[in-house]
Amino acid sequence: MPHIPLPEGVPGPRGPMLFRPETAEPMSEMAEILMRGPSTLTLAERELIGTYVSAQNDCRYCQTIHGAVAAHYLGATEEQENLVQRIKCDPSTAPISPKLKALLKIAGHVQQGGKHVSAEDIAQARAQGSTDLEIHDTVLIAANFCMMNRYVDGLATWTPEDPDFYRQRAASLAQHGYTGSASRT
Amino acid sequence: MPHIALPENLPGIRSAMAFRPETAKPLNELVEVLLHNTDNTLTPGERELIATYVSYLNECHYCQTIHGAIAAANLNDDYELVKRVKADFQHADISSRLKSLLVIAAKVQKGGKNVMPEDIAAARSLGATDTEIHDTVLIAAAFCMYNRYVDGLATTQPLDEAPYLERGKQVARDGYVAVSKTYLPAEPVAR
Repeated sequence: MPHIPLPEGVPGPRGPMLFRPETAEPMSEMAEILMRGPSTLTLAERELIGTYVSAQNDCRYCQTIHGAVAAHYLGATEEQENLVQRIKCDPSTAPISPKLKALLKIAGHVQQGGKHVSAEDIAQARAQGSTDLEIHDTVLIAANFCMMNRYVDGLATWTPEDPDFYRQRAASLAQHGYTGSASRT
Repeated sequence: MPHIALPENLPGIRSAMAFRPETAKPLNELVEVLLHNTDNTLTPGERELIATYVSYLNECHYCQTIHGAIAAANLNDDYELVKRVKADFQHADISSRLKSLLVIAAKVQKGGKNVMPEDIAAARSLGATDTEIHDTVLIAAAFCMYNRYVDGLATTQPLDEAPYLERGKQVARDGYVAVSKTYLPAEPVAR
């Protein structure tokens, strides 16, 4: 049960965001820009960064929904869902690009605390072709999920059990985005 | 030295925000609602103390110093109180209600699941409202973002306290969004 009375039947951060629309607006806008705005990182890459950080923070709602969104962008097959699981467990052995591995390493260090990001992490990402903007966005996506994960768990929001719930919601988020109508319910 | 090529004339989060004005906009708008807007039953001083304390726990020098300065500017320039809160808030001269909210904020800093129903019940028994509890959780969570953004890019963080104190007064008076216009381009640049 949530720590404060939140709208019923609304999962994860959407409960407190409906409870407090004034703070929800900039939060939604930030998610939309970071996760779906113009970028040289693909939609799936950005969702995988968010999913990985949420898994490291042990936030079940966030890692499940963003993992489902990532799998949706990758083709929505069982194989893609398994790939997301492998990345959550250990990106270094998952079949993904060396560049994404380097960015996930930075994201993992941001999750532990900003000072954990080393000059070597950055040099490794650059050597795999990452731009300054991609590195910036990786750090901010990771930091942003350290906020969202704490918001979701710190208020003990509702986390549905049914995997199909997440698949359907992921398809809707992929279509309408984080500021669209689907995000308001 | 910052990890990426940030504007050299700006410290801390301002350098990262000037590098990426598109994300700076909602980042400033969020902190404006959380800490500066007067439509809140927690005073700006109380909210800035929560932000300062979480930044201190995250060991972010820039954030704890600037928000400590903004807190002091909102608390009759009582910078000693800010230092007391960081060092040992249970024995600082603040309300029991704020102490109960700082307990919640510290647990959010460690991870959201650390917040227990007893923590919420304690805050409620001292008069905290649902919105105040919500805002405390979100302020603490948001500073776990801002702190990581500032340190994760290795932004430049001056050690001298004087410029923070001066800027703290300005932000306390004018707010984050207004002050951001002094270092952000008028319109986000197209990429």
